[in-house]
Amino acid sequence: MLKDITLGQYFPGNTVAHRLDPRTKILLVVLYITALFCAGSFAAYGLMAAVLAVCVRVSRVGLRALVKGLKPVLFIIVFTGLLNLLFTPGEGILWAWGPFHVTETGLRNAAFMVLRIMLLIMGTFLMTYTTSPISLTDGLERLLSGLKRFHVPVHELTMIMSIALRFIPTLIEETDKIMSAQKARGADFESGNLMEKARALVPILVPLFISAFRRADELATAMECRCYHGGEGRTKLHVLQYQRRDYAALTLGVLILAGVIALRACGL
Amino acid sequence: MNTILQVERLTHTYSVGTPFQRSAVEDISFAVERGEFLGIIGHTGSGKSTLIQHLNGLLRPTAGRVLLEGKDIWAEPKKIRNVRFQVGLVFQYPEYQLFEETVYKDIAFGPKNQGKTGDALDHAVREAARLVGLRDEHLDKSPFELSGGQKRRVALAGVLAMEPKVLVLDEPTAGLDPAGRENLMANIRDFHRNQGTTILLVSHSMDEIARNANRILVLKSARILMSGTPAEVFARGEELLAAGLDVPQITRVAMALRDRGLPVDPAVYTVEGLEAQLLALKRGGGPC
Ligand SMILES: Nc1ncnc2c1ncn2[C@@H]1O[C@H](COP(=O)(O)OP(=O)(O)O)[C@@H](O)[C@H]1O
Ligand SMILES: [Mg+2]
Repeated sequence: MLKDITLGQYFPGNTVAHRLDPRTKILLVVLYITALFCAGSFAAYGLMAAVLAVCVRVSRVGLRALVKGLKPVLFIIVFTGLLNLLFTPGEGILWAWGPFHVTETGLRNAAFMVLRIMLLIMGTFLMTYTTSPISLTDGLERLLSGLKRFHVPVHELTMIMSIALRFIPTLIEETDKIMSAQKARGADFESGNLMEKARALVPILVPLFISAFRRADELATAMECRCYHGGEGRTKLHVLQYQRRDYAALTLGVLILAGVIALRACGL
Repeated sequence: MNTILQVERLTHTYSVGTPFQRSAVEDISFAVERGEFLGIIGHTGSGKSTLIQHLNGLLRPTAGRVLLEGKDIWAEPKKIRNVRFQVGLVFQYPEYQLFEETVYKDIAFGPKNQGKTGDALDHAVREAARLVGLRDEHLDKSPFELSGGQKRRVALAGVLAMEPKVLVLDEPTAGLDPAGRENLMANIRDFHRNQGTTILLVSHSMDEIARNANRILVLKSARILMSGTPAEVFARGEELLAAGLDVPQITRVAMALRDRGLPVDPAVYTVEGLEAQLLALKRGGGPC
């Protein structure tokens, strides 16, 4: 079922991971990703994995939900892994066949690449699992508010983002319903060649687009009825404020990044 | 009579193995006789839609079986499409499934998938349009130019055009105005009377069910609360009310009369039925 896709799905909870300021969590994810790209040894990756494990533990998000998030990108992971494995030039050829060759460097690179993508995705998902879309975009808006000086429409962009996030589950549900309705009329989405499969999508896409436009229209009207006129002069119901735990978490994040860079400097 | 559809100990659980796991249908068994008009009633969330999506194989039972003319519909999963042509399912708000450029083409989608071509196809489409009360001039229009009620008729015709043996309707009158409701129900009643097709009607309007069904299935929290003829079901009006469900307005009137001491039988669900009772009372010299 399409419903089983978890994309930016929020699991409500009341752990420290949930209570952190969204800005803190965004910054932590940025730090984490930076650290991942600085990591160049198994020791560093081990540290990164341990950090993620602790965060998962603290957030009480099931590991299974997190691993499920990897499923849609499994192809990319496997593909990048194979590419690195088979095409990296270097010494110590372990196996070769035609244009393909597995080298020690290749093996290492492939392992690092796969680890990096997996940790990156799981880390980002952990943030969306523990932060509601509303507070996430709220945090993003505040973080980027400096760009307003350069005429970047930050508020509008984050509003678009939060609406999009809000409607993903709705659209997935709708797609499910439309697919069922067309299947009830004998539509066949599984068999046939590529061309026929593409044509079989028309009975889903047309109703889906129509309903998406209808929803957008209704939403716009509803927002206008409530006098929405963009970000100018708009105040917030919940004003974000850093707490002591935010400073603590950010300090920890910077220390870990420093640790990874130090590991690299030591050639580890 | 003979049985056309049989549901045996059907259970369906959504999102197995996640925190959102829940059973929407639990251990439900019933049989549908050929040519009958079965009403299915229950609260929003009682599992009606989930139940009926098993009848044409859109959902696969977590446990239990569905038999169509004595054969398990999942005996050959590859041929499940044949089941869908025989058990026509009209979804709730079916107008949102329209996609073709013209009404004609949209109605033809089902029968085309069935493999109908040429005259057979044309006949099926025109006949279905006639059954739901669409005129010829509608057929060349875009479905998106039509009114809400007409769109719904087009969607209904799209399923009727497959000439199913069993027609399952999920709240076909939801969101229509009273005149539109009565109109559509009259079409469905006529269709049942003239074609003899077996009909399952899901609704949460007791009046609608009472007026049309020969037999009623009452669902509550994923299970069958009661089943029987309208008279049998509405004789247990108090139980229905206690379960938070409605009874037809006229049953309510009869119950109120009885509570005031009149010897009326509250298992009545038509105005005519109550009228007859009251006249009989009057002639008998009762307190009326
Ligand atoms: N696709 C689905 N995934 C998960 N739960 C569902 C799904 N569809 C329905 N449910 C749940 O199953 C229960 C029964 O729903 P449904 O069969 O639609 O009831 P009804 O048609 O009587 O209103 C509800 O609690 C609903 O939330
Ligand atoms: Mg329903």
